[in-house]
Amino acid sequence: MSLKFEPRREIPAWLVYGTPLLAVALTILSGYFLFMILGLNPGATLYIFLVSPLETQFGLAELAVKAGPLILIATGLAIGFRANVWNIGAEGQLTMGAIFGAGIALAFWGEEGFWILPLMFVAGALGGMMWAAIPAFLKTRFEVSEILTSLMLTYVATLVLSILVHGPWRDPEGFNFPQSRLFTEAAILPVILEGTRLHAGAFVSLFAAVAAWVLLTHTVTGFQVKVVGQAPMAARFAGFSQKGTVWFSLLLAGALAGLAGMIEVAGPIGQLTPQLTPGYGFTAIIVAFLGRLNPLGIILAGLVMAISYIGGENAQVYAQLPQAATGVFQGMLLFYLLASDFLVRYRVRFQSTKARDAKPRPEVAAA
Amino acid sequence: MRNDAGGAPPRLELRGITKRFPGVVANDAVGFSVGPGEIHALLGENGAGKSTLVKIIYGVLHADEGEVLWNGQAVSLANPHEARRLGIGMVFQHFSLFDGMTVLENIALGLEGKPDMRSLSGRIVEVSKAYGLPLDPRREIHTLSVGERQRVEIVRCLLQDPKLLIMDEPTSVLTPQEVERLFGTLRMLSAEGCSILYISHKLQEIKDLCDHATILRGGKVVGECDPKVESTRGMAQLMIGAELKTLSRRGARPKAATRFSVEALDLASDEPFGTSLKRVGFEVGAGEIFGIAGVAGNGQNELMRALSGELTVATASSIRLDGKPVGNLGVEPRRALGLCCVPEERNGHAAVPDMSLASNALISARNRMKLAAKGWISRDATRAFAERIIQEFGVKARGPESAARSLSGGNLQKYIVGREILQTPEVLVIAQPTWGVDAGAAAAIHQALFNLAQNGAAIVVVSQDLDELLTLCDRLAVLNVGTLSKAIATADASLEEIGLLMGGLHGMTPEVPAVHGELGQGSGQHVA
Repeated sequence: MSLKFEPRREIPAWLVYGTPLLAVALTILSGYFLFMILGLNPGATLYIFLVSPLETQFGLAELAVKAGPLILIATGLAIGFRANVWNIGAEGQLTMGAIFGAGIALAFWGEEGFWILPLMFVAGALGGMMWAAIPAFLKTRFEVSEILTSLMLTYVATLVLSILVHGPWRDPEGFNFPQSRLFTEAAILPVILEGTRLHAGAFVSLFAAVAAWVLLTHTVTGFQVKVVGQAPMAARFAGFSQKGTVWFSLLLAGALAGLAGMIEVAGPIGQLTPQLTPGYGFTAIIVAFLGRLNPLGIILAGLVMAISYIGGENAQVYAQLPQAATGVFQGMLLFYLLASDFLVRYRVRFQSTKARDAKPRPEVAAA
Repeated sequence: MRNDAGGAPPRLELRGITKRFPGVVANDAVGFSVGPGEIHALLGENGAGKSTLVKIIYGVLHADEGEVLWNGQAVSLANPHEARRLGIGMVFQHFSLFDGMTVLENIALGLEGKPDMRSLSGRIVEVSKAYGLPLDPRREIHTLSVGERQRVEIVRCLLQDPKLLIMDEPTSVLTPQEVERLFGTLRMLSAEGCSILYISHKLQEIKDLCDHATILRGGKVVGECDPKVESTRGMAQLMIGAELKTLSRRGARPKAATRFSVEALDLASDEPFGTSLKRVGFEVGAGEIFGIAGVAGNGQNELMRALSGELTVATASSIRLDGKPVGNLGVEPRRALGLCCVPEERNGHAAVPDMSLASNALISARNRMKLAAKGWISRDATRAFAERIIQEFGVKARGPESAARSLSGGNLQKYIVGREILQTPEVLVIAQPTWGVDAGAAAAIHQALFNLAQNGAAIVVVSQDLDELLTLCDRLAVLNVGTLSKAIATADASLEEIGLLMGGLHGMTPEVPAVHGELGQGSGQHVA
């Protein structure tokens, strides 16, 4: 007997939306065994990991704080992925957005003005767009893979940030710590819920995801993105510009990642530091796929991923779990998601080894 | 040459072969036999299950039920290697040749084991001479014409001394002269005792060549006949399973104003092994159907892209629509002026397979049919338009939300042609309108084109199928190595004349690359 994979002719909808749930379930199951092997009480640890973040108002607010940037970035990435534009460098675009936003905050340090925050929003988006424009230009002009350029630019952005916080933007009263001054009030996103860190950024993310959903389902631009991604020849026939789509999706993803970065510095962090995020730009890739590249799904996926961040922190504190456990958890989630995705597209068949040598060509079925 | 009197077992016999694919029974209890030296036709429409059946015989696919007998012995054909060992050779519709390699290298790759190149080269020359298939083993494939490429495939089979040669739609890419030559070779093989299983839907060829015919429809054997005796009309009706509808042709028309003209169009191909267009020019009047004939790979793809606007040309005036220069305009601006197109490839070019029919309506009709005002898609208008295409063109689909990939080739083609025609274009450029489409759908598409022309549109048909062009067109010209011949009225044209224009003289067109020559054996998708 041997295994054989046949592409499914029609993919049932319940399977498409059911697989992320399956992936989450399998991750939890694997986590159970992982904790058991580590000699912990698996039930209690899972409880800390998955449920404890949801128990308090503070926890729920933290959830929104963490999920916000993930959803915002993943939304932009998903639109690119739909168009076959593989922007892996959201982390770099986020960093640039944070730098640009912080630049405004520092330039008007100590000043009052309702316009400072909006200006920071614009600057953050522009910073991310500028950083995403480089891979877009290289891709459309020289056909350089955006996967490589966007990823490598992430490290450049991190170094630029490093130069700034170690050099010109270092806090003069900061005892030589590599960080900028704390932003003044006019450059800080107001806290919405007293006693928590919940700020306006969460609503920006929610709005962006819903807007992206409308874009994808109700506009010609969204349609263009999908056609370019699924059938480039048909896109040409439709009169859609391939290059235009590359520019659009990279600039949009850059803008949203840049916004996320700016919101991080103007929200929970309040200053520019060398370590801005726990890898939101990369985790957002998982979030985009967990949400099936659908902005509404991404909202849910972002929340799930945020739980794993906060749960991971709680588990470090209460169960002495190493920090790597969070990474393992997220990695397993992506692994199971991709694996079950394969099973959505293909059905498994067993066949006798006798016919093993033949070339199975199920797609040549008499149409 | 049929040899069934001697009492010897048939060379090949099939009994109750059944093959199911998800959602379709491709072969349903098929049985027939082929005698030694017999030229046996397997006749059927696209989708009748011919290709599946021969792939089973050649060991590429495996039957779910039934048995294959070889010289009276039941055999199990696990793979093409075993089929070849028994003496079964197959020439696929799509060649599996490497463009950048020589004839000799390609043949050596297809043989079992590691042949001695020098003696192989000698044998190639020997075999190709003996069977009237001249070939130079040192030539590289991309320099060969399609007919010559087919010879490579045939010689490759002959070197293994086959007892049964399967030919899958061998003439679909050949000029009339090349067809004659091929038939000579096949008759010679038959006289030597090699059986031939000849797959086609071209009735005249089968009458000319074959001793016996098995007719398939919907995966079942629906009849057997002696094609020399049976009328073409009779065979066609067996094949289609319905009375043939006669097209309502248009009467003679007065000379009308030119609606679409191409003048001295030069275009360098942007693809490796592509064909550049050289000073192509023609004019099409209102109500006229103009045909562009020619073997694939002579610049058809480039011409289609230039006409549709997928490639723009620097000199705007080289393409004119109602006198207005449009050569420098892209696809959508040309569409806005009334130029609609149907590209050759349905899946992935004219339609997005994974999208719904409604979404596919947006591809080309969103602006002309006002399906998306100011960039906002109107779901209702889109659905309604898709519904209208389905209704008016008799597309068999569950509804506008069905995925394009769930439709059969013929139905999807009807949908695509309908999508363009219902936009009432001023000019319609259509490539291979009925390629891989069943006869019923083909007739419907032809009728729709006639009606569109009747209403004053100018139509350009690019096709390899001469019969189709002769049926449809008022005038036609032949595209050969990127140059277009002078136009001739179809009423005066003879097959020979057109064949000669197509470069039927052997070895006259060394630079013709085959666009359809895919790599990989039995390359899928296209079902005969």
